[in-house]
Amino acid sequence: MKVHEYQAKEILAKFGVSVQKGLLATTPEEAVSAAQKLERETGNDLFVVKAQIHAGGRGKGGGVKLARSTDEVRETAEAILGMMLKTPQTGPEGQKVRSVLIADAVDIEKEYYLGITLDRGRNQVVIMASTEGGVEIETVAEETPELILKEWIDPVIGLQGFQARRLAFGLGFEGKAFKQAVRFIVALYRAFEESDCSIAEINPLTLTTDGDVLAIDAKINIDDNALFRHADIAELRDKNEEDPLEVEAAEYSLNYVKLDGNVGCMVNGAGLAMATMDIIKIAGGEPANFLDVGGAANPETVEAGFRIILKDLGVKAILVNIFGGIVRCDQVARGVVQAATNVGISLPLIVRLQGTNAEEGRAILEESGLKIETATLFQEAADKVDEALSA
Amino acid sequence: MAILVDKNTRLVVQGFTGKEGTYHSEQMIEYGTTVIGGVTPGKGGQLHLDRPVFNTVSDAVKGEGANASIIFVPPPFAADAILESAEAGIKTIICITEGIPTRDMISVYHYVREQGAALIGPNCPGVFTPDEAKVGIMPAMIFSRGPIGVVSRSGTLTYEAVDQLTRQGLGQSTAVGIGGDPIIGSQFIDILRLFQADDETEAVVMIGEIGGTAEEEAAVYIKDHMDKPVFVFIAGRTAPPGRRMGHAGAIISGGKGTAEDKFAALEEAGATIVMNPAAIGEAVRAHFSVA
Repeated sequence: MKVHEYQAKEILAKFGVSVQKGLLATTPEEAVSAAQKLERETGNDLFVVKAQIHAGGRGKGGGVKLARSTDEVRETAEAILGMMLKTPQTGPEGQKVRSVLIADAVDIEKEYYLGITLDRGRNQVVIMASTEGGVEIETVAEETPELILKEWIDPVIGLQGFQARRLAFGLGFEGKAFKQAVRFIVALYRAFEESDCSIAEINPLTLTTDGDVLAIDAKINIDDNALFRHADIAELRDKNEEDPLEVEAAEYSLNYVKLDGNVGCMVNGAGLAMATMDIIKIAGGEPANFLDVGGAANPETVEAGFRIILKDLGVKAILVNIFGGIVRCDQVARGVVQAATNVGISLPLIVRLQGTNAEEGRAILEESGLKIETATLFQEAADKVDEALSA
Repeated sequence: MAILVDKNTRLVVQGFTGKEGTYHSEQMIEYGTTVIGGVTPGKGGQLHLDRPVFNTVSDAVKGEGANASIIFVPPPFAADAILESAEAGIKTIICITEGIPTRDMISVYHYVREQGAALIGPNCPGVFTPDEAKVGIMPAMIFSRGPIGVVSRSGTLTYEAVDQLTRQGLGQSTAVGIGGDPIIGSQFIDILRLFQADDETEAVVMIGEIGGTAEEEAAVYIKDHMDKPVFVFIAGRTAPPGRRMGHAGAIISGGKGTAEDKFAALEEAGATIVMNPAAIGEAVRAHFSVA
């Protein structure tokens, strides 16, 4: 699960991670009073107005602006709030900005990168640090991998002091800043562990001209599988940042990801769902979505799946691909008939049923009198998609 | 021969008396798997499906000589269940549970290895050796015994591959679903090693998917150590970067873990690449017809 920058900073601050001061605002008036409050605390009248959306690259799209006075804060907040912010990570239409973080601007001496994530190759947590802050770490990894320092964490003993020191020395910190950097790394690791993060990334980690180390940006993602033990974090989910169709699908325990193609699909199992997308492409179409109905497919969830697929107006044909194991094909077939009757499906519909109760399932479809192409083999289904698109 | 499970498997079911545990235990018993009983803490001494229920896995090992376990325990408690099996000396542990937090799995992964046990999963459909043992949730009707080893990160896509093989008259030595999570007990490389050493297995079908680098690591192993043919399909060529495709581990992040990279690494290692997921059986058949 993703959270906003301001939420990430709040979580990190609880663990003693030193973060840039800031206050959230949803209107220009709130932005001004946030700036005034910050100024009273810090004596600083320089601010950064930062759009709060989940996508990265906000600065490039004009979502992060310096403001030299509270008047400028108002103007900037007026411009950013409500805008459709386009970044390399949003869709082409951009993402609507509903809130801004008014942050205390600091004078930057140098920027660094610090990130913690899972190293899947080693099955260990890895802390990565680099003197190349403020740029994308993927680019650094690609072009100058020697500039990325890594410390792998032994899960039995956790992060050790010498590892944090090695990173801080490696980044070239000295004196007061060295001590702060070590404390920062230890605190960030604790936050990562205890909040069940899948990633915690500080880019940039900043050394100020006053010699202080702090985070002026923060990104954390939380392991969805661990949300059951973090009710407070689960509440931070912002559905505005998610595709409405994906939100609706999740309510039915459907795993749906919207894509831009012309063939909708509904499949049981994630691997088979991806393979179905791939075969749609081979058959001359483009997959319009990923949709895994999972092991609990029943008439209600199947009908919900159809409703969601049909809301995507780019869809020109639908392929249902079920390999019944735990899922019974007759149940799915009843769902297809129920959906076709209740929702009304006028697009070409191809239903491939295989495995548990497949024959009963196909019989239900054929007896329904509905216009449904059935298939037994995977290739047969792909060929029928091809035919439907060519017609 | 076969790998991991066979007629000598004495299986204990963790989460035996729950809904899932009960349903799949019935199916496994019906297939002929030796299910010695199960574990449900607090229900020790009862009978379930005509078999003893134990409070702990070590009781099941002492009482009935259990040598393999399967786990149908809900996610918050599943890591503990795996550790309990490993500590009790079980050497083949199969965890079906989906949704275990990654943090829990990191320590589990390393502990299980230290105990010298093989963990399959989590978030997997289990292991199937036709005519000998079904340890998992795979549908029995699609299997037939023969010379092909199958290893896959997916559930239903494994069924698809097995079904295609069976339709081509190609039976399976063992089919292993290794699971779709970012951290799984056994990777492709571990299972390929077992298939390479297994006399009965003549060829391997390997089904990967986007995310991680397990397929690339398998490619190195195939190139250096395998003389048996390997047929590969990687799911997710059409998946967009940065989006999780159902499985917690199926995500292209930072440009890494694409299907193209995996196909390329495996092709370079000498594996036979199958681009069409409906043509896996045919590809293996073509090889055996020529040979």
